[in-house]
Amino acid sequence: MISYLVFVLVVAGIYALLAQSITISWGLTGMVNLGLVGFFAIGAYASAMASKWGGIPIPFSLLLAVIVGFAAGLAVTMSTLRLRDDYLAIVTLGFAEVVRLVASNEIWLTGGTDGIAGVPSIFPRDWALGYHLATLGLVTAIVALVHLLLSHLSKSPWGRVLRAIREDQTIASVAGKQVVRFKAQAFSIGAAIAALAGALYGHFTSFVAPEIYQPLITIYVFLAVTAGGVGRPLGALVGAYLLIGLLESTRFIAEIVPGISPLQGAALREIIIGVLLVLVLRLRPAGLFPELPQKAPLVTKHEPAS
Amino acid sequence: MLNSIAQAALNGVVSGTILAIPAIGFTAIFAVLRYPNFAIGAIATVGAYAGWFANTQLGLPLTLSLFATFIVAGSVAVLCEEIAIRPLEKSGALMMAICSLAVGIIIENLVRGAFGNDPRGYAVALARDMRFGGLRVSPQQIENLLIAVAIMAILWSLLKFTRLGRAMRASADNPDLARLKGVNPALVAGVAVAVSGGLAGAGGLLIALDTSADPLTGSRLILSIFAAAVLGGLGSIPGAVVGALTVGIFEELTVLLLSPNYRTAIGFVFILVVLTFQPTGLFGARNAK
Repeated sequence: MISYLVFVLVVAGIYALLAQSITISWGLTGMVNLGLVGFFAIGAYASAMASKWGGIPIPFSLLLAVIVGFAAGLAVTMSTLRLRDDYLAIVTLGFAEVVRLVASNEIWLTGGTDGIAGVPSIFPRDWALGYHLATLGLVTAIVALVHLLLSHLSKSPWGRVLRAIREDQTIASVAGKQVVRFKAQAFSIGAAIAALAGALYGHFTSFVAPEIYQPLITIYVFLAVTAGGVGRPLGALVGAYLLIGLLESTRFIAEIVPGISPLQGAALREIIIGVLLVLVLRLRPAGLFPELPQKAPLVTKHEPAS
Repeated sequence: MLNSIAQAALNGVVSGTILAIPAIGFTAIFAVLRYPNFAIGAIATVGAYAGWFANTQLGLPLTLSLFATFIVAGSVAVLCEEIAIRPLEKSGALMMAICSLAVGIIIENLVRGAFGNDPRGYAVALARDMRFGGLRVSPQQIENLLIAVAIMAILWSLLKFTRLGRAMRASADNPDLARLKGVNPALVAGVAVAVSGGLAGAGGLLIALDTSADPLTGSRLILSIFAAAVLGGLGSIPGAVVGALTVGIFEELTVLLLSPNYRTAIGFVFILVVLTFQPTGLFGARNAK
């Protein structure tokens, strides 16, 4: 029971990282990333391949995942930075599909649909419960670290520029900000966080395969972020843990609802998630922890941010 | 070699013409309501099942099944729009897009819950391929092609010659001016969604005729639909047709070089290239910025 609980908390931490990724690109900057799961997958594969086949120590393979995620973020935004935001939605959605296609078909590179089993773990597995607890400690520490970083960034001049871009790109660029550069940075940092989450998850479960990276994960995270509060780092955090609580409590739905098959139970679960997202968008678009109005900073000296 | 290229191009023309039907639906919603509706794939799936149900369970002939499918898929699209998506109009296009993604998941799983994951085939007679020179084409392909062309012809004449069609084109061009001229925006939006949903459903039926209906029939199309619409210029109906033909032909040609699994990835390459060099697409006059 305890190890189940610890396992769930680790997964919740992974989702918290994904939610933080969305907070920086969507919450702060207004750039939608509907291909979140693609970056999650890329990070998982990069770190798993580097550590298993390349023999690279895990701290470095995690770093590699972050770099690869950042680069993928840059590549994906490159073509749409100057366009309306709907184009980014289409491109990111397509990107996640292509990642899954490549992962399933380039067997020499990714093991195809069989995936990569036996991904090295961060801590020795024979610690049993200790293994789960240690991973939980590590993941939670990373979540806390990213949270501090995000809270700091969101209050910094850089974060203010992102908000300005979200509210009105034209005004931001008239104010002398290089909109395209800021957008590329924000999106790619978000992508890098998602890749880190994927890498951690891969090492934790020791298994990486295309079927894990379903588009549904992106929906889960958007639900978490909108329910928690778009544009506020605390909201993403709370939303992610709430989401996992909900997902786990609906896990046994097929056993509770009479007369449905396991397949229908799984379908019902996804329907519930979809309906919740529609409801949250409608009823509480600002989330449980709405973004705070930003006070004008009391600075006497001039601080340039571009 | 030359023969296999010609054969691939021929197959591409057929699949591209069918792809044009849901692509028109996607681009038309964008033209009138100005958001990308990601539920279009799931609505195509609804069409695939509605057609299968009418064809095999009710025993209707193909044309009647197609008609029924159009009505069912159109109604589902209108319901989704009215219940879930349109209330978010004030929150902006991206919120509507995200909402449509959630709606797509709901529909797909409703279908899965009702019919399961097993593929469902239509009751159509298998016929021998016809040969023209070295090229093979099945009677089913020809029939699908003709149906798709007929649907486009009907749509074109409705848009061109009816009052409502003119109102729709006017709204897409300049919604404020259209409203000033007495066009009812709610009516135009409703009709656009109904017709687009019907088209997506009809597209799903035509695809399922060739293969079979399963809960992912529509989602598998989604990349190709995006690519067709973006290539033609988001919001342009003739653009979606040309885009779909191009994407269809290139998808088939890719199969000659790469694994058939990469068929749909070519769509993504198209999207990136078009957005980088010519974001308004081939026919898009609309400002993409």
